Amino acid sequence: MAITLSASDLPSPPLSARLTTPQVWGIVLLAPYILVFLAFVVYPVGYGLWLARHPESYVALYHDPIFARAAVNTLIFLVIGINFKMLVALFLSGFFVQSRSWIKWLSVLFILPWAVPSIPTILSVRFMLNPEWGVINQLIFKFTGDDGPNWLNDPTVALAMAIGVHIWKSLPFWTLILMTGRLAISHDLFEAADVDGASWWQKFRFITWPSMQMLYITCTLLSMIWTLGDFNSVYLLTGGGPADLTHVLSTLGIRYLRLDQLSLAMASIVCALPFVLPLVYFMMKRLSR
Amino acid sequence: MKLPTLREVGTEAKLLLIGIPVFIWTMVPIYHMFLFAISPKEDAFSGKLWPAHPTLHNFHIVFYQEHYFLRDFWIQFWNSVVIAVATGALTLLIATAAAFSISRLRVPGGRAVMNLALFTYFIPAAFLAVPMYRTMGNYGLLNNHWSLILAMVTIASPYAIWVLKQASDKLPVELDEAATMDGATTLQLFRLVYVPLMMPSLVAVGTYAILLAWNEYLYAFLLLSKDTDITLPVALGNFLAADDSPWELLMTTGFIYALPPAAIYYAFKRYMVGGLTAGAVKS
Repeated sequence: MAITLSASDLPSPPLSARLTTPQVWGIVLLAPYILVFLAFVVYPVGYGLWLARHPESYVALYHDPIFARAAVNTLIFLVIGINFKMLVALFLSGFFVQSRSWIKWLSVLFILPWAVPSIPTILSVRFMLNPEWGVINQLIFKFTGDDGPNWLNDPTVALAMAIGVHIWKSLPFWTLILMTGRLAISHDLFEAADVDGASWWQKFRFITWPSMQMLYITCTLLSMIWTLGDFNSVYLLTGGGPADLTHVLSTLGIRYLRLDQLSLAMASIVCALPFVLPLVYFMMKRLSR
Repeated sequence: MKLPTLREVGTEAKLLLIGIPVFIWTMVPIYHMFLFAISPKEDAFSGKLWPAHPTLHNFHIVFYQEHYFLRDFWIQFWNSVVIAVATGALTLLIATAAAFSISRLRVPGGRAVMNLALFTYFIPAAFLAVPMYRTMGNYGLLNNHWSLILAMVTIASPYAIWVLKQASDKLPVELDEAATMDGATTLQLFRLVYVPLMMPSLVAVGTYAILLAWNEYLYAFLLLSKDTDITLPVALGNFLAADDSPWELLMTTGFIYALPPAAIYYAFKRYMVGGLTAGAVKS
């Protein structure tokens, strides 16, 4: 079997002669994934790039104020939202490594946002923020007698809320990862620092941070890449509104698809690639070692 | 028993000062959902911390499909189950075979395939959604459960292969050599040595794929559209389209939908924590 398969599949005789039975099995076992990869990654990506080939699409995008707004929103989401989230996660990872039984229990609850699907909880937040019936404005009315603001009708507040929902969902995951980083640091170092009378900040600055900075930076980059694909937080909370002012790149593609402007949908994604691909390449190199 | 010193009390107070806001922040959206689920319609908007007349009536309405929006609840629930289980099974099959081939059989080009898979893993899934939608249209799979299953397998398998490869690289080579020495064929090696030893990682990967498919909204809402074909999250999203959507029923359905993944997550936490934390980021 080895001979027939290799003779027909591989043109170079030296290679085929070296193919052993396990290697043939290796090819057979790898084939299903390669098929999936060709049919559902290579073909769609190629097709998408082909759809985005028209220069006019990019001119149209350039003149579309919603695209510019979405690009700015995406940048705010990534640069402010993610860095804030990772700083909080770094801080909370220090909290959750404390050995107290109540902190153990709290950490079990804390992981809930990550464990439950995002749709019901995002809708729950959306109802809380409803200007007439939402619990937040009900409480504001109860205590002050005034009507609360129409939260999701202000693009700045609405985007901030979408970032908040994103942070609520993914903060536990990153805290958990940074916790493992903290737990990997040798305890002797902290004991030695205590003997020397080091302050809390000195311990963080000279022990914790140097051993965690690579992990922290990797996590931040990874979170940025993944957040680019966070469709639910924006789409289900604000739907891109009011007046299409809170779109991010991931929801914009769907908006163009809805409007039957397929080439614009693809072009908007292609515009993001120069920023995304270097990050993706860097991460791939780091993890494939 | 000795009394705590002032310093110890101060530390506890500081920890509580962090812990209490964290608890409130985490629980508010979930508790809000739960509160709606157990409130009768007229109580739901009262803004109280506990309803005056807690009831399970909403669950009754959902389970017996007694509302226009819920007429296909069970079939949508079933769709979600089928798609999640099929994604889990297919991902396991494809990823285990690929990891075995790359890591144990050292197939030529295996490293390149691993890199390509990792590349896919990092591309944001929403970027692939529009071309995937068109591709499924070209393949004639739109509105067919297979389109969602295959899309989910595509998204789940890179990470699955990577986690399994990392785990199987740790198995000693001597095992394979000993088994081959005893006359085991490659398939026997796979079935009798490799798979049993990889069980913990296989459980982690299978759970990951099932949860991924169960939780997916974007692809589900693009690829499926008929009321009897869609999954629960899409049905929940459709609630929003109407102005008069009954919030308490939406929250009840959402609560029911959120329970299985939460239960699975906590049941397999042991495996998930190992797989996820070690797997997601290597420091």
